[in-house]
Amino acid sequence: MKYSSRLRVRRVYRWCEEPLSFNRKLKTHEYRSLAISVEGLPRTTVIKTGQHILIEGDDEDNPYVAKVVKLFSDESGTQKKAVVQWFARVSEVPLSKLKLLGREPHPQEIFYYEGRSCDDEVNAESILRPVQVKHLDGAAPFPDSVDKDTLYVKLSWDSKTFRAVDSALVEQDRPPCPKPSLPPSPPCSPLAAAPGSRGPSRRALPTPDLAVLRRALSGEVRRGRATMSAGKAGAAEAESLHSATKLSASKCLSAKRRDASARTPGVRKKLELSGPDNKSMICDDVLSQLLDDELESEVTFAQRMSSSPPQATPLTHSLTPLRKAHRAPAAEGAFPLKPAAIVLSKSSLSEMSPPSAARDDSSRELLDKSPQRGDVTEAGLPNGSVKTPRRRNGTPRRNYLTSGQKATTPSRKKEPKTLKEPALGVLAEVDNENSPMLPVATTPRSSKRKSAQLVSSRIRKQLNLLENQQDLNSDGEDEDEFVPSKKELQSSSEDDEDEAALESDEEVVLKKGRHAASGPRTPRSKQKTRSSTRTPRKTPNKKITPGTPRTPHRATPSIPSRSLPARQPANVLEEARTRLHVSSVPESLPCREQEFQDIYSFVESKIVDGTGGCMYISGVPGTGKTATVHEVMRCLQHAADVDEIPPFHFIEINGMKMTDPHQAYVQILQKLTGQKATADHAAALLEKRFSNPAPRKETTVLLVDELDLLWTRKQNVMYNLFDWPTRRHARLVVLTIANTMDLPERIMINRVASRLGLTRMSFQPYSFKQLQQIIMSRLNKVKAFEEDALQLVSRKVAALSGDARRCLDICRRATEICEHSAAKPSATGLVGMSHVMEVLNEMFSSSYITAIKCASVQEQLFLRAVIAEFRRLGLEEATFQQVFVQHQALCRVEGLQPISVSEGLAVCQRLGACRLLLLEPSRLGVLQRVRLNVSQDDVLFALKAD
Amino acid sequence: MIICIIGFIDVQVQDILRERFCRQQLPDRLEGVEAQHKHLLELLKRTAVHGESNSVLIVGPRGAGKTMLLKCVLRDLLEEKEAQKNLLQVHLNGLLQTDDRIALKEITRQLHLENVVGDKVFGSFAENLAFLLEALKKGDRSSSRPVLFVLDEFDLFAHHKNQTLLYNLFDVSQSAQAPVAVVGITCRLDVLELLEKRVKSRFSHRQIHLLSNPTFPQYLERVRTQLSLPDRFPDQEFCQDWNDGVETLCEDKSVQDVLQKHFNSSKDFHLLSSFILSPASLFPLIYPFFSTSSSISSSSSSPGVTPLLLLPADLLEASRLCFTDSKANMLHGLSILELCLIIAMKHLNDVYEGEPFNLQMVHNEFKKFLQRKSNSMYNFEQPVIMKAFEHLQQLELIRPVDSTAAKTQREYQLMRLMLDHSQIMEALQKYPQCPTDVKQWAMSAFG
Repeated sequence: MKYSSRLRVRRVYRWCEEPLSFNRKLKTHEYRSLAISVEGLPRTTVIKTGQHILIEGDDEDNPYVAKVVKLFSDESGTQKKAVVQWFARVSEVPLSKLKLLGREPHPQEIFYYEGRSCDDEVNAESILRPVQVKHLDGAAPFPDSVDKDTLYVKLSWDSKTFRAVDSALVEQDRPPCPKPSLPPSPPCSPLAAAPGSRGPSRRALPTPDLAVLRRALSGEVRRGRATMSAGKAGAAEAESLHSATKLSASKCLSAKRRDASARTPGVRKKLELSGPDNKSMICDDVLSQLLDDELESEVTFAQRMSSSPPQATPLTHSLTPLRKAHRAPAAEGAFPLKPAAIVLSKSSLSEMSPPSAARDDSSRELLDKSPQRGDVTEAGLPNGSVKTPRRRNGTPRRNYLTSGQKATTPSRKKEPKTLKEPALGVLAEVDNENSPMLPVATTPRSSKRKSAQLVSSRIRKQLNLLENQQDLNSDGEDEDEFVPSKKELQSSSEDDEDEAALESDEEVVLKKGRHAASGPRTPRSKQKTRSSTRTPRKTPNKKITPGTPRTPHRATPSIPSRSLPARQPANVLEEARTRLHVSSVPESLPCREQEFQDIYSFVESKIVDGTGGCMYISGVPGTGKTATVHEVMRCLQHAADVDEIPPFHFIEINGMKMTDPHQAYVQILQKLTGQKATADHAAALLEKRFSNPAPRKETTVLLVDELDLLWTRKQNVMYNLFDWPTRRHARLVVLTIANTMDLPERIMINRVASRLGLTRMSFQPYSFKQLQQIIMSRLNKVKAFEEDALQLVSRKVAALSGDARRCLDICRRATEICEHSAAKPSATGLVGMSHVMEVLNEMFSSSYITAIKCASVQEQLFLRAVIAEFRRLGLEEATFQQVFVQHQALCRVEGLQPISVSEGLAVCQRLGACRLLLLEPSRLGVLQRVRLNVSQDDVLFALKAD
Repeated sequence: MIICIIGFIDVQVQDILRERFCRQQLPDRLEGVEAQHKHLLELLKRTAVHGESNSVLIVGPRGAGKTMLLKCVLRDLLEEKEAQKNLLQVHLNGLLQTDDRIALKEITRQLHLENVVGDKVFGSFAENLAFLLEALKKGDRSSSRPVLFVLDEFDLFAHHKNQTLLYNLFDVSQSAQAPVAVVGITCRLDVLELLEKRVKSRFSHRQIHLLSNPTFPQYLERVRTQLSLPDRFPDQEFCQDWNDGVETLCEDKSVQDVLQKHFNSSKDFHLLSSFILSPASLFPLIYPFFSTSSSISSSSSSPGVTPLLLLPADLLEASRLCFTDSKANMLHGLSILELCLIIAMKHLNDVYEGEPFNLQMVHNEFKKFLQRKSNSMYNFEQPVIMKAFEHLQQLELIRPVDSTAAKTQREYQLMRLMLDHSQIMEALQKYPQCPTDVKQWAMSAFG
């Protein structure tokens, strides 16, 4: 379908009536409807608030879809603006995420957009025309309508997951509610309180909407989630104001990672499990939301209490504190403005734990978070009164703080665990394992100052993401965790009923492990009882569990899968070999901390600021350039997943993986939008995309590997790549990788080099110590090498090239040789010096001498003849004819029958094929010139040794 | 009746020998390269069974048994059920896939990927590449079938633009994608220097060198086993006779001399096979006519069977054919005039020490010879001489110094002689009815 968005069609926009209201603060007039008339045509289209519209975008065929929330203009009336609620088209959802849908998207399908990365204020002049949007039930089939102008909404999309959407949100042409009595602060309609509200709404906190909240808490989970996420957005912004701390966090990251790698992997896992952060983030939001509408929340909480069964003993405990928890923060007016405080208090709130602790927290500012939280929960538990001594010893401060409640502190979740069904045994185990480790890992930090603690929690978060590469499915679950109340429900309901049906999927087990680890604050028994009464809530959750089958978006080629499973490594050497393979992704990249940090902070700052930039990374092959960038991206992606930084889009192209420099455009476009186009067309589309302001745009991080291959005579590909980031609306970060340090000076013309800028980084070849460290970290306590052997390898490689790949390959080959020689009685089973020496000989020794020794008599004679002729001529070159004369003479000396010219030429050609000789093309016959490819000494040495 | 039976045997013997010499039948057991065999087998087994990616180069001179080694390894590998079910093979040859575009299509075809998305494969080069890379990227170590890439004449792939194919294959082998094993076969010892630094870094630097150094007795043994009939041959009696015959043949002095000459020239078993092939293919032709006669020299005791044997004379004849000089052979077919011109050129070469000459100089030299002899037998017109000169050029016995000299007159175009003096003299000896004065002229030191 073509929309008349062409520039030649001029539209005239004007307000239909007098301003509805006037906002004194912002100096804006608000209107109810807008009239659009196309010049030359008598027809006039009227846009009203609540109507669905099409908004001009990059793609003429697929303009953006949105719903008008508000229409306003500035004081003079020249600037016409609109606040809209966005809908995402299928084409706007990344392909990878589209898989989450679990079905083929309908071409006319759109998604209610809940992401928060885009501005919802648009220029009214970009409105094209109204459009019909219908809400469909989740299960309802798409009508076979031929009407191209009707779009359908089934689900909402928040840049991570799809959810069912309430028809009320989509409802077409809802009568605009011009409550003039309401303060005209930006989102005044009830709609604005819905998840879509952002931009201005973030600054002025959303006006309480009783209906929404009530619905949220009265069992309509979908809705509940929506409101939560709205709150989350607000909180996240508060966070982003404090991006300074975050930056420092990223700085500390590498140091932390070093620590982490020194620790056993087990500890790391534990750390991850105990990471409280995901949750805390949400709680934060919840809190701020609650603060906003104090009254409502009080009511709703009360509702909640009442709905829980009275026979649950723990509830009575937590009930009273809860109310207090409410009032306490409410009383402190400045509370929500202190993010740090929120971070702490939210943790307590999330479990509805005693308020005193919360209050303490807020007043005392930052304290050791994680242990405290555990204690706080314990306080709410009636069962058992034995304290865990370990913890107390570890953090004295905490003891002091909560000592009042401590008296009743139970011995943590162990007892409830034992009561659980057998299937949960695994989780319980994880938990038990976990609890002793937790203090070990965290206590040293707790003694530090508050900023250090905050940072350390962040680090832990980062560590998590290193470990669990978020796969698409788990996103859904993560999302669930964001909403505390629901999460509890979900986990408990799963525990109760779905145990049998639980997939043996490792992922799920892991997930659950995390639940269990983070969950222990709330005793399960309590959850169980509560959930049993509220079973209906659980149903919508089901939809998002990873069980949903993944149907590929489109048929993609793949290598057929194995009929028999791959065998796992059986012994130490095989294990070592697997770990040493270059392809095995290391848990961390040792020796590149500085580079990691530099790239991380560069990209992160660009993403946070929403600007663009270029970076040039150079280094000889095998120094970890690409690996480091990938790791940075993994970390950032995770940071984006947990909403620390705005979401971004990472794409990667490789100069070597394309046939022609101009293919770069095609690949970028395809990875960005999934469109296919010719190189020229793709270049035009990208140009448009990066130079035009689009209201809804994420930062794009583009990795250009093997940059030198993108060189063209006019250098227009490079020029464009470096020019786009400088555009105002591009939000593009370009990371380029090449081998030579002076590439910009050498091959780039000035205007290209200038745009590349001066952000350069150079990866030095690894030193032998670093190489050793790399091997050690990869081996990771698998004892397969003798110390000397490792040192020999790393020294040898460091002296030659500093290429980590070479180093790993040598080690791998050494394990093989060791395995072969293991049968001998003298073998120790470890890779020793002798094995490494053998490999080095194999890989680095030249085979020319052996080749000469193995040559036939006539070939050897011919080589001697060549040398004799060179000596006679005093040149390093002779024609075959000249050499052949010498050859005949030598034959006679040796007592051999002289060979014919043809035979001689054949001999010569055979030597030439091995490249012992360098020859001219053979059609020159006897006239071809002959040169040696080996030094004369080598030849003589090889021949003498016979 | 006897003829009939023998004719049957005859066909069988022929089959067996042809199988060996022409189709490169794999030996049951490799000799001299057990270590290399083990190394390669282990490596490929790990790819097939464990899904470990690897890359390796097999380097050795021509005829050293590189391909045979690989084939033997594959045969042994595929005996294992686990490997057989999993391994996918792609065979490429640098002489056939002369650029990456063709190579990519061939890979796609051999992997049967073209059926997956229909016409997609026949898209542009860029699409092909993206398609294949995507396919390989989809896989992972544990779930997808390992792919074995065999790149014959590996060095030629290194001449492709940017070495795109090699980079990508090696990159896959070094990253967590579908498991692949890249096996390159080349005879160039300096092959690593051909690789671009990025490609080189991604290559695992495993090289298997096939530099066997057989001694002459081993060589002789090889000839014997190649000619002997296997024990499973149906007619035991005949088989015994035949093998005894081969034994005596190999002990024959003249035969050993011939073989020694071959051995000195080259240890290439390909050349050996082609050398033995010609006498071996001769004997069934001889057989029907001479089976009952006693005219066949060496053994005539039992005329029914023994004539089937290879005779030393056949081998000598084959050897003569092998070692004859091709250029000298061509000289036999020239006219006297052309031969005279060649001799004149030889003298010019002697005088001017290999400097190029033109037709006019050759003609002058020829005229000097005619004047000395004062005999008009060889008096030819200038155009005739010109024609003869052009014919020599067509035969590539002489070639112009620079091919761009089309502007100069043909008489003055500088030429070089493509023959060695020994070749000319040899040809003159054998030239039928060569005039004595021409021979003398050729032999004389001065023109």
